[in-house]
Amino acid sequence: MDFLKDPLKVAADWLLGIFAGWGMAELWADILIAFLGIFVLIALLMLLDILLVWIERKVVSRFQSRIGPNRLGPFGLIQPFADIIKLLIKEDTTPEGADRALYNLAPILSMMAVLILWAVMPLAPTILNVDLNVGVLYIIAAGAIGTLSIIMAGWSSNNKYSLIGAFREAAVMLSFEIPMLTMMLIPTIFAGSMGVAAITQAQDVWYFFLAPLAAVIFLVAAIAELGRSPFDMGEAESELVSGYNIEYSGMKFGMFYAGELLHAFTFGGFWAILFFGGYRFFGLEQVSAFLAIAILFFKAFIGYWIIMWIKYTLLRIRIDHMLAFNWKFLTPVAFTLLMTTAFMNALLADAPSWLYVGGMFLSNVLLAWAALETARYYSRREREKVEGTQKVAPT
Amino acid sequence: MTVDQVIFLAVALLTLFAALRVVTTGNIVHAAFWLIAALFGVAVIFALLNASFLAVVQVVVYIGAIAMLFIFAVMLTRKEMRDRGPQLNPNWRFGALLAAVAFGGLLLIVNGWSGVTKTASAVPSDFDAVSALGNALVSPDAYVLPFEVASVLLVAALIGAVYVAFNQK
Repeated sequence: MDFLKDPLKVAADWLLGIFAGWGMAELWADILIAFLGIFVLIALLMLLDILLVWIERKVVSRFQSRIGPNRLGPFGLIQPFADIIKLLIKEDTTPEGADRALYNLAPILSMMAVLILWAVMPLAPTILNVDLNVGVLYIIAAGAIGTLSIIMAGWSSNNKYSLIGAFREAAVMLSFEIPMLTMMLIPTIFAGSMGVAAITQAQDVWYFFLAPLAAVIFLVAAIAELGRSPFDMGEAESELVSGYNIEYSGMKFGMFYAGELLHAFTFGGFWAILFFGGYRFFGLEQVSAFLAIAILFFKAFIGYWIIMWIKYTLLRIRIDHMLAFNWKFLTPVAFTLLMTTAFMNALLADAPSWLYVGGMFLSNVLLAWAALETARYYSRREREKVEGTQKVAPT
Repeated sequence: MTVDQVIFLAVALLTLFAALRVVTTGNIVHAAFWLIAALFGVAVIFALLNASFLAVVQVVVYIGAIAMLFIFAVMLTRKEMRDRGPQLNPNWRFGALLAAVAFGGLLLIVNGWSGVTKTASAVPSDFDAVSALGNALVSPDAYVLPFEVASVLLVAALIGAVYVAFNQK
């Protein structure tokens, strides 16, 4: 029973017993167990990553009315493993004039920026990984390392397409970081803590119902941060061939690709944690830690599916439109929403919970309506300036 | 030596090495990346001092924004991104003197301070550094005035930047 509730502690105690039997000092045994825990987590994540390749290809094929990989194994499940073997035996090329050290470091950093996000992911009530009290900021800090890896890859490849791709991608990531961080502060206001675990535990009502607008803006900013379509300006295969990772081949390209997929899944997970209660589901999470992990992964997969749905449905937006959309629409709306939420939170501090939730929800809906109306007014005025006043249809 | 001390020494040495490479490397983009390594080392030292908020902010602000701005500026202003110009200008003697005087002065101040040899008291397990910092920043007894002045300065800088960049038709 204990194993079902808190498998990590049971396993750690068991290992500690074994190591103590070997005459190892407790300090070293603790360090070794911590390293083993990290190793197991990363190994499982990489295994999941292999499956994500298959899931992504299967889902995109359904969106595009195709069948997808179906030759190798049942439902094409062996296809990703065949892909990995191909990537591993492919020639590993380095372009002439490339900066070798940075060129080789970039894919590692790109993967690392995703994996370190899992350090603060609360998987179950008893498996919090690291319960960092500034977890929300930590997520943004990990994103900064991702931006760094892209600039590194783009510059060190000695290729103008990759450099242009890296510039565009970095510009998008730097600007969309701002609404994303602002939207992460809204669950922080509700929960009274920046810790990701505390935010999960405080969600008796899913924060999606308190701040639907925040959830939507967070998803949009996260998709831009991931560099996925419609914000995939850094790759833009029709104009930049493949963007920042153009010169990479073999497993180094595989690292970028796998990092992108795992990143999307991870942000599906954080979306679920910040706005959909994470591992919580009507008390089911208390039954077993494994059930809690399954709930979190189910929610994360729904988030990942929505990200894929958007990616394979929408067209790419032009870079200036993308940046204007962020700076002239998303950022002001995010700041207004943050101020409104903080104000409403203080106003409704003593109100009963139905009033609190209702007031928050209504303020979000009103703000979304006002933002859309303002955007519509300005875009109509802009159009009239360009085209001259004309009625589209007789009224 | 405790584990903390070993980690501190290793990180401090790496930080110093990276900082040295910033000024000795011939390639200016490499200098920017070494600067990032040095700033990251400082973040780790903040983390070792239980200042998790400062550590994370160090990464977000310095690596995520300022260092990235350096790299952008270098990449957008240089015609040849691998140029190797002279690393010293005629004023290097004066600069070295200034650096030596500043270092000596800091050493003197730190030596005269009694806090150097004292052992820090252990942080209580329920101590919440983030809320303590947040309360200090908005409490009138603590740092609300410097905080507000800094905010006004930043807003002024922001408005100034917009004004300078604004394209008047």
